[in-house]
Amino acid sequence: MVSPIISIKHLFAHYGNTQVLNDVNLDVNPGEILVVMGGSGSGKSTLLKHMLGLKAPSSGTVMIDDVNIITAKNKQLQQLRKKMGVAFQGGALLSSLNVADNISLPLEQNTSLDTQTIDIMVRMKLELMNMSGTGHLMPSELSGGMLKRAGLARAVIMDPKLLFFDEPSAGLDPTTAVELDELILTLRDAMNITIVVVTHELESVFKIADRVVVLFGGEVVANGTVEEIKNSTDERIQNMINRKPNTNKDDGEVYFNRLLNKRES
Amino acid sequence: MNIEIEKNKKYQVVKLHGEVDLSNSRSIKLDIIKLIKAKNHVIVDFTHLQYIDSSGMASLVEAFNEAKENGSEFHIVGANGSPLQVLQLTRLNTVFKLADSVDDVTNNG
Repeated sequence: MVSPIISIKHLFAHYGNTQVLNDVNLDVNPGEILVVMGGSGSGKSTLLKHMLGLKAPSSGTVMIDDVNIITAKNKQLQQLRKKMGVAFQGGALLSSLNVADNISLPLEQNTSLDTQTIDIMVRMKLELMNMSGTGHLMPSELSGGMLKRAGLARAVIMDPKLLFFDEPSAGLDPTTAVELDELILTLRDAMNITIVVVTHELESVFKIADRVVVLFGGEVVANGTVEEIKNSTDERIQNMINRKPNTNKDDGEVYFNRLLNKRES
Repeated sequence: MNIEIEKNKKYQVVKLHGEVDLSNSRSIKLDIIKLIKAKNHVIVDFTHLQYIDSSGMASLVEAFNEAKENGSEFHIVGANGSPLQVLQLTRLNTVFKLADSVDDVTNNG
């Protein structure tokens, strides 16, 4: 039995009085692509922030590679972060640096590699992202798809064990979105990276996921293979798959508490 | 990571064992470049290499460049598993001279 690279137990999180994660339990196994799926406000971005250690939960634990990311000391956290890459939704490149300097930043900050080695690594990653010859461009000169790929190149420049990808396909044309999905599969297959993707794009989910976790109202309502999710009898999941709006079925007390911004008892 | 260097005919064979990553790629590069600067032909043996990251691959590109500039032969042999996949992913299989084994190179060299 392989031990999970990420293990989340009884995670609760609040923004003020509003509960955004409710008893989330989740394991991510080495080498798998796990997709966290859910509509707007489902808690998926909050869950990602907790996996990255960017938010402290109300309670619960997030273990990454057997380290509790919530209680880890600075040095331990630094070591852990070297094994993790994050590709943010809009690429999150620094606008004052060109593409190559953005991609090389983690290497410049965390290693003592020679400049020539770093330059070759950056060009290799640009090749991988199908962006050769663009290192000199500024982020403002890139299309949305190129920004995402450049962000992905920076996320994998240190060859992480674990890659987090926030909304890879959002805002992309269908062809570019498919290319990015292919790239995610290639990274997993050739570099054996464990990948956590947060998205609401169904085509992408069904193409890349080994396993899908569906969040609804901050709770995990399903955790299974693509086929299991597709065949789920949960009305909320079927509505999501069939793009139907979810009608609010909260009882009166829950609705009342929400109107008054009260925490549920 | 363990590195063994042995002479085989006109070649210096650099056997890599274990994992090449950010922590050791630079010193491996310097070892190989030292051999090249001493006018040796080099075979890098991947047979027992379990993992190589992109810093390792970039270091080998630098060593290969050094070999070209010095008129030395530079071969990679025995790539399998993850290192072979990384060579293919980075398309460096089209850059380096690859062979199955040390014997394949030394018998034809």
